[in-house]
Amino acid sequence: MSKGIALFGVGVLITLVIAIVVSQFASTQPDGLEYVAERGGFIETADDHALAESPLADYGGDSTPNLMVSGLVGVLATFGLGYLVFSLAKTGKTTARG
Amino acid sequence: MHIPDGFIGPSISAAAGLTAVGGFGLALRRAGHYLTDRLVPMAALVAAFAAQMINFPVLPGMSGHLLGGVLAAILVGPWAGYIVMSLVLIVQALLFADGGLSAIGLNIVNMGLMGAVGGYLIYRALFRLGGSRPSTVPRFAGVAALVSLPLAAMGFALEFAAGGTVESISIGSVFWAVLGTHILIGLGEGLITYLVIGAVMRSRSDLVYGSPTFGGLRSEELVS
Repeated sequence: MSKGIALFGVGVLITLVIAIVVSQFASTQPDGLEYVAERGGFIETADDHALAESPLADYGGDSTPNLMVSGLVGVLATFGLGYLVFSLAKTGKTTARG
Repeated sequence: MHIPDGFIGPSISAAAGLTAVGGFGLALRRAGHYLTDRLVPMAALVAAFAAQMINFPVLPGMSGHLLGGVLAAILVGPWAGYIVMSLVLIVQALLFADGGLSAIGLNIVNMGLMGAVGGYLIYRALFRLGGSRPSTVPRFAGVAALVSLPLAAMGFALEFAAGGTVESISIGSVFWAVLGTHILIGLGEGLITYLVIGAVMRSRSDLVYGSPTFGGLRSEELVS
Protein backbone atom coordinates (compact mmCIF):
# COMPACT_ATOMS: atom_id res chain seq x y z
CA MET A 1 0.00 0.00 0.00
CA SER A 2 2.93 2.36 0.65
CA LYS A 3 3.63 2.39 -3.09
CA GLY A 4 0.01 3.37 -3.63
CA ILE A 5 0.40 6.27 -1.20
CA ALA A 6 3.64 7.27 -2.97
CA LEU A 7 1.86 7.29 -6.33
CA PHE A 8 -0.97 9.32 -4.81
CA GLY A 9 1.53 11.84 -3.40
CA VAL A 10 3.28 12.16 -6.75
CA GLY A 11 -0.11 12.65 -8.41
CA VAL A 12 -1.04 15.42 -5.95
CA LEU A 13 2.32 17.12 -6.49
CA ILE A 14 2.12 17.00 -10.30
CA THR A 15 -1.49 18.27 -10.21
CA LEU A 16 -0.49 21.23 -8.01
CA VAL A 17 2.54 22.06 -10.17
CA ILE A 18 0.39 22.05 -13.32
CA ALA A 19 -2.32 24.12 -11.64
CA ILE A 20 -0.04 26.74 -10.11
CA VAL A 21 3.08 26.84 -12.33
CA VAL A 22 2.39 25.35 -15.77
CA SER A 23 -0.89 27.29 -15.95
CA GLN A 24 1.19 30.49 -16.22
CA PHE A 25 2.38 29.35 -19.63
CA ALA A 26 -1.02 28.33 -21.00
CA SER A 27 -1.88 29.60 -24.46
CA THR A 28 -4.33 32.49 -24.50
CA GLN A 29 -5.32 31.88 -28.12
CA PRO A 30 -8.95 30.86 -28.76
CA ASP A 31 -9.56 27.11 -28.44
CA GLY A 32 -10.78 24.94 -31.31
CA LEU A 33 -14.45 25.74 -30.83
CA GLU A 34 -13.92 29.50 -30.42
CA TYR A 35 -11.65 29.46 -33.48
CA VAL A 36 -14.35 27.81 -35.61
CA ALA A 37 -17.01 30.16 -34.19
CA GLU A 38 -14.89 33.21 -35.06
CA ARG A 39 -14.12 32.01 -38.58
CA GLY A 40 -17.67 30.75 -39.11
CA GLY A 41 -19.16 34.05 -37.97
CA PHE A 42 -21.26 32.83 -35.06
CA ILE A 43 -19.01 33.84 -32.14
CA GLU A 44 -21.23 36.87 -31.50
CA THR A 45 -24.18 34.60 -30.69
CA ALA A 46 -22.40 33.83 -27.40
CA ASP A 47 -23.94 35.67 -24.45
CA ASP A 48 -21.81 37.10 -21.66
CA HIS A 49 -21.37 34.58 -18.87
CA ALA A 50 -23.74 35.24 -15.98
CA LEU A 51 -20.77 35.01 -13.60
CA ALA A 52 -18.35 36.99 -15.79
CA GLU A 53 -17.84 39.52 -12.98
CA SER A 54 -16.96 36.94 -10.34
CA PRO A 55 -13.41 37.22 -8.94
CA LEU A 56 -12.06 34.06 -10.57
CA ALA A 57 -13.90 34.40 -13.91
CA ASP A 58 -11.72 33.32 -16.81
CA TYR A 59 -9.27 31.85 -14.25
CA GLY A 60 -8.62 35.31 -12.82
CA GLY A 61 -7.48 36.88 -16.10
CA ASP A 62 -3.78 36.87 -16.93
CA SER A 63 -2.09 38.17 -13.78
CA THR A 64 0.32 35.67 -12.23
CA PRO A 65 -1.07 35.70 -8.64
CA ASN A 66 -4.67 35.42 -9.89
CA LEU A 67 -3.80 32.42 -12.06
CA MET A 68 -2.00 30.79 -9.12
CA VAL A 69 -4.98 31.30 -6.82
CA SER A 70 -7.33 29.98 -9.52
CA GLY A 71 -5.18 26.89 -9.96
CA LEU A 72 -5.12 26.17 -6.24
CA VAL A 73 -8.84 26.84 -5.78
CA GLY A 74 -9.63 24.63 -8.78
CA VAL A 75 -7.62 21.72 -7.38
CA LEU A 76 -9.17 22.05 -3.91
CA ALA A 77 -12.72 22.43 -5.28
CA THR A 78 -12.58 19.48 -7.69
CA PHE A 79 -10.76 17.24 -5.21
CA GLY A 80 -13.14 18.13 -2.37
CA LEU A 81 -16.28 17.79 -4.47
CA GLY A 82 -14.95 14.57 -6.02
CA TYR A 83 -14.12 13.09 -2.62
CA LEU A 84 -17.59 13.95 -1.32
CA VAL A 85 -19.52 12.62 -4.34
CA PHE A 86 -17.47 9.43 -4.70
CA SER A 87 -17.73 8.72 -0.95
CA LEU A 88 -21.50 9.10 -1.15
CA ALA A 89 -21.69 6.93 -4.29
CA LYS A 90 -19.72 4.12 -2.72
CA THR A 91 -22.17 1.52 -1.49
CA GLY A 92 -20.48 0.38 1.68
CA LYS A 93 -17.65 -1.61 0.17
CA THR A 94 -14.19 -1.66 1.65
CA THR A 95 -10.91 -2.40 -0.05
CA ALA A 96 -11.33 -5.15 -2.62
CA ARG A 97 -8.73 -7.32 -4.22
CA GLY A 98 -8.88 -9.85 -7.04
CA MET B 1 -14.40 23.17 -26.37
CA HIS B 2 -16.64 24.61 -23.65
CA ILE B 3 -19.87 25.85 -25.21
CA PRO B 4 -20.85 29.34 -23.94
CA ASP B 5 -24.42 30.51 -23.34
CA GLY B 6 -26.25 31.49 -26.51
CA PHE B 7 -24.70 29.18 -29.13
CA ILE B 8 -27.42 26.56 -28.79
CA GLY B 9 -31.13 27.26 -28.28
CA PRO B 10 -33.03 26.56 -25.04
CA SER B 11 -34.85 23.37 -26.07
CA ILE B 12 -31.73 21.46 -27.12
CA SER B 13 -29.85 22.87 -24.10
CA ALA B 14 -32.65 21.67 -21.81
CA ALA B 15 -32.73 18.23 -23.46
CA ALA B 16 -28.98 17.95 -22.97
CA GLY B 17 -29.41 19.07 -19.35
CA LEU B 18 -31.92 16.28 -18.70
CA THR B 19 -29.64 13.75 -20.41
CA ALA B 20 -26.69 14.91 -18.30
CA VAL B 21 -28.69 14.65 -15.05
CA GLY B 22 -30.08 11.22 -15.97
CA GLY B 23 -26.60 10.08 -16.91
CA PHE B 24 -25.24 11.37 -13.59
CA GLY B 25 -27.83 9.37 -11.63
CA LEU B 26 -27.05 6.24 -13.62
CA ALA B 27 -23.30 6.80 -13.28
CA LEU B 28 -23.61 7.23 -9.49
CA ARG B 29 -25.41 3.88 -9.21
CA ARG B 30 -23.07 2.03 -11.56
CA ALA B 31 -19.89 3.56 -10.14
CA GLY B 32 -21.20 2.77 -6.65
CA HIS B 33 -20.99 -0.92 -7.56
CA TYR B 34 -17.26 -0.85 -8.05
CA LEU B 35 -15.97 2.09 -6.01
CA THR B 36 -13.89 0.93 -3.08
CA ASP B 37 -12.33 2.81 -0.18
CA ARG B 38 -9.03 3.10 -1.96
CA LEU B 39 -10.55 4.16 -5.28
CA VAL B 40 -12.36 7.17 -3.72
CA PRO B 41 -9.28 9.39 -3.13
CA MET B 42 -7.85 8.23 -6.47
CA ALA B 43 -11.04 9.24 -8.29
CA ALA B 44 -11.03 12.61 -6.52
CA LEU B 45 -7.40 13.13 -7.55
CA VAL B 46 -8.25 12.22 -11.15
CA ALA B 47 -10.95 14.92 -11.02
CA ALA B 48 -8.44 17.49 -9.78
CA PHE B 49 -5.96 16.45 -12.48
CA ALA B 50 -8.53 16.42 -15.28
CA ALA B 51 -9.58 19.91 -14.20
CA GLN B 52 -6.17 21.19 -15.30
CA MET B 53 -7.30 21.80 -18.85
CA ILE B 54 -4.35 24.02 -19.70
CA ASN B 55 -4.55 25.40 -23.22
CA PHE B 56 -1.63 24.43 -25.42
CA PRO B 57 -0.85 26.03 -28.81
CA VAL B 58 -2.07 24.00 -31.80
CA LEU B 59 -2.07 26.30 -34.84
CA PRO B 60 -1.14 29.96 -35.18
CA GLY B 61 -4.17 31.65 -33.62
CA MET B 62 -5.63 28.49 -32.13
CA SER B 63 -5.11 26.50 -28.93
CA GLY B 64 -6.52 23.31 -27.50
CA HIS B 65 -6.84 21.90 -24.01
CA LEU B 66 -6.76 18.50 -22.44
CA LEU B 67 -10.22 17.00 -22.23
CA GLY B 68 -9.12 14.22 -19.88
CA GLY B 69 -12.18 12.04 -20.46
CA VAL B 70 -10.44 8.90 -21.74
CA LEU B 71 -7.64 9.39 -19.22
CA ALA B 72 -10.16 9.49 -16.37
CA ALA B 73 -12.25 6.59 -17.71
CA ILE B 74 -9.25 4.29 -18.11
CA LEU B 75 -7.96 5.12 -14.62
CA VAL B 76 -11.23 4.91 -12.65
CA GLY B 77 -13.73 3.31 -15.04
CA PRO B 78 -16.20 4.85 -17.48
CA TRP B 79 -18.94 5.64 -14.95
CA ALA B 80 -16.64 7.29 -12.42
CA GLY B 81 -15.01 8.96 -15.45
CA TYR B 82 -18.37 10.44 -16.43
CA ILE B 83 -18.84 11.73 -12.86
CA VAL B 84 -15.31 13.21 -12.92
CA MET B 85 -16.05 15.11 -16.15
CA SER B 86 -19.41 16.33 -14.83
CA LEU B 87 -17.88 17.69 -11.61
CA VAL B 88 -15.00 19.35 -13.46
CA LEU B 89 -17.37 21.05 -15.90
CA ILE B 90 -19.69 22.21 -13.10
CA VAL B 91 -16.75 23.67 -11.13
CA GLN B 92 -15.37 25.36 -14.25
CA ALA B 93 -18.70 26.95 -15.13
CA LEU B 94 -19.49 28.10 -11.57
CA LEU B 95 -16.06 29.19 -10.33
CA PHE B 96 -14.24 30.23 -13.49
CA ALA B 97 -17.09 31.26 -15.83
CA ASP B 98 -15.73 28.71 -18.33
CA GLY B 99 -18.65 27.17 -20.22
CA GLY B 100 -22.12 28.74 -20.10
CA LEU B 101 -24.46 27.99 -17.19
CA SER B 102 -27.24 27.07 -19.63
CA ALA B 103 -24.72 24.97 -21.58
CA ILE B 104 -23.51 22.78 -18.66
CA GLY B 105 -25.69 19.91 -19.90
CA LEU B 106 -24.41 20.28 -23.47
CA ASN B 107 -20.81 20.30 -22.27
CA ILE B 108 -21.37 17.24 -20.04
CA VAL B 109 -22.98 15.35 -22.94
CA ASN B 110 -20.09 16.21 -25.27
CA MET B 111 -17.13 15.79 -22.93
CA GLY B 112 -18.52 13.30 -20.39
CA LEU B 113 -20.83 11.06 -22.42
CA MET B 114 -19.18 11.30 -25.86
CA GLY B 115 -15.64 12.01 -24.63
CA ALA B 116 -15.24 9.83 -21.53
CA VAL B 117 -17.80 7.00 -21.93
CA GLY B 118 -17.68 6.95 -25.75
CA GLY B 119 -13.90 7.20 -25.72
CA TYR B 120 -13.70 4.33 -23.23
CA LEU B 121 -15.81 2.10 -25.50
CA ILE B 122 -13.42 2.87 -28.36
CA TYR B 123 -10.50 2.03 -26.09
CA ARG B 124 -12.05 -1.33 -25.10
CA ALA B 125 -12.75 -2.24 -28.74
CA LEU B 126 -9.22 -1.35 -29.87
CA PHE B 127 -7.62 -3.06 -26.86
CA ARG B 128 -9.45 -6.31 -27.59
CA LEU B 129 -8.68 -6.18 -31.30
CA GLY B 130 -5.04 -5.71 -30.36
CA GLY B 131 -4.95 -8.87 -28.25
CA SER B 132 -5.69 -7.48 -24.74
CA ARG B 133 -2.05 -7.39 -23.62
CA PRO B 134 -1.26 -5.12 -20.63
CA SER B 135 1.74 -3.68 -22.48
CA THR B 136 -0.63 -2.24 -25.12
CA VAL B 137 -2.81 -0.30 -22.62
CA PRO B 138 -0.98 3.07 -22.99
CA ARG B 139 -0.92 3.12 -26.81
CA PHE B 140 -4.61 2.20 -27.21
CA ALA B 141 -5.44 4.70 -24.47
CA GLY B 142 -3.60 7.33 -26.52
CA VAL B 143 -5.41 6.44 -29.74
CA ALA B 144 -8.83 6.42 -28.03
CA ALA B 145 -8.01 9.79 -26.44
CA LEU B 146 -7.14 11.19 -29.86
CA VAL B 147 -10.47 9.95 -31.27
CA SER B 148 -12.41 11.25 -28.24
CA LEU B 149 -11.75 14.87 -29.27
CA PRO B 150 -13.39 14.69 -32.73
CA LEU B 151 -16.09 12.54 -31.08
CA ALA B 152 -16.89 15.30 -28.57
CA ALA B 153 -16.70 17.86 -31.41
CA MET B 154 -19.27 15.82 -33.35
CA GLY B 155 -21.52 16.11 -30.31
CA PHE B 156 -21.26 19.88 -30.62
CA ALA B 157 -21.89 19.73 -34.39
CA LEU B 158 -25.07 17.68 -33.85
CA GLU B 159 -26.31 20.10 -31.16
CA PHE B 160 -25.48 23.03 -33.42
CA ALA B 161 -27.39 21.41 -36.29
CA ALA B 162 -30.41 20.75 -34.04
CA GLY B 163 -30.40 23.94 -31.99
CA GLY B 164 -27.91 26.46 -33.37
CA THR B 165 -29.15 30.03 -32.95
CA VAL B 166 -27.86 31.28 -36.33
CA GLU B 167 -29.82 30.47 -39.48
CA SER B 168 -27.39 31.65 -42.11
CA ILE B 169 -24.51 29.28 -41.40
CA SER B 170 -23.85 26.08 -43.30
CA ILE B 171 -24.03 23.18 -40.85
CA GLY B 172 -21.73 21.15 -43.08
CA SER B 173 -18.90 23.68 -42.93
CA VAL B 174 -19.18 23.94 -39.13
CA PHE B 175 -19.17 20.13 -38.88
CA TRP B 176 -15.97 19.74 -40.93
CA ALA B 177 -14.29 22.70 -39.22
CA VAL B 178 -14.86 21.45 -35.65
CA LEU B 179 -13.93 17.92 -36.72
CA GLY B 180 -10.68 19.04 -38.33
CA THR B 181 -9.55 21.34 -35.54
CA HIS B 182 -10.32 18.73 -32.89
CA ILE B 183 -8.38 16.00 -34.68
CA LEU B 184 -5.37 18.33 -34.37
CA ILE B 185 -6.08 18.99 -30.68
CA GLY B 186 -6.61 15.23 -30.27
CA LEU B 187 -2.96 14.65 -31.19
CA GLY B 188 -1.95 16.51 -28.02
CA GLU B 189 -4.64 14.74 -26.01
CA GLY B 190 -3.45 11.35 -27.28
CA LEU B 191 0.18 12.08 -26.44
CA ILE B 192 -0.56 13.29 -22.89
CA THR B 193 -2.90 10.34 -22.23
CA TYR B 194 -0.31 7.88 -23.58
CA LEU B 195 2.39 9.33 -21.30
CA VAL B 196 0.27 9.52 -18.13
CA ILE B 197 -1.29 6.06 -18.51
CA GLY B 198 2.16 4.67 -19.36
CA ALA B 199 3.64 6.16 -16.17
CA VAL B 200 0.83 4.79 -13.96
CA MET B 201 1.02 1.37 -15.66
CA ARG B 202 4.75 1.21 -14.90
CA SER B 203 4.34 2.06 -11.21
CA ARG B 204 0.92 0.63 -10.21
CA SER B 205 -0.85 -1.21 -13.05
CA ASP B 206 -3.27 -2.68 -10.49
CA LEU B 207 -4.77 0.81 -10.11
CA VAL B 208 -5.65 1.14 -13.81
CA TYR B 209 -9.30 0.18 -14.31
CA GLY B 210 -8.92 -0.27 -18.06
CA SER B 211 -6.06 -2.75 -17.71
CA PRO B 212 -6.43 -6.54 -17.25
CA THR B 213 -4.01 -6.14 -14.33
CA PHE B 214 -6.58 -4.04 -12.40
CA GLY B 215 -6.86 -5.24 -8.80
CA GLY B 216 -10.25 -3.81 -7.82
CA LEU B 217 -13.89 -4.44 -8.66
CA ARG B 218 -15.38 -3.73 -12.06
CA SER B 219 -18.74 -2.59 -13.31
CA GLU B 220 -20.43 -5.55 -15.00
CA GLU B 221 -23.13 -3.46 -16.62
CA LEU B 222 -20.84 -1.93 -19.20
CA VAL B 223 -18.64 -4.12 -21.40
CA SER B 224 -16.37 -5.92 -18.96
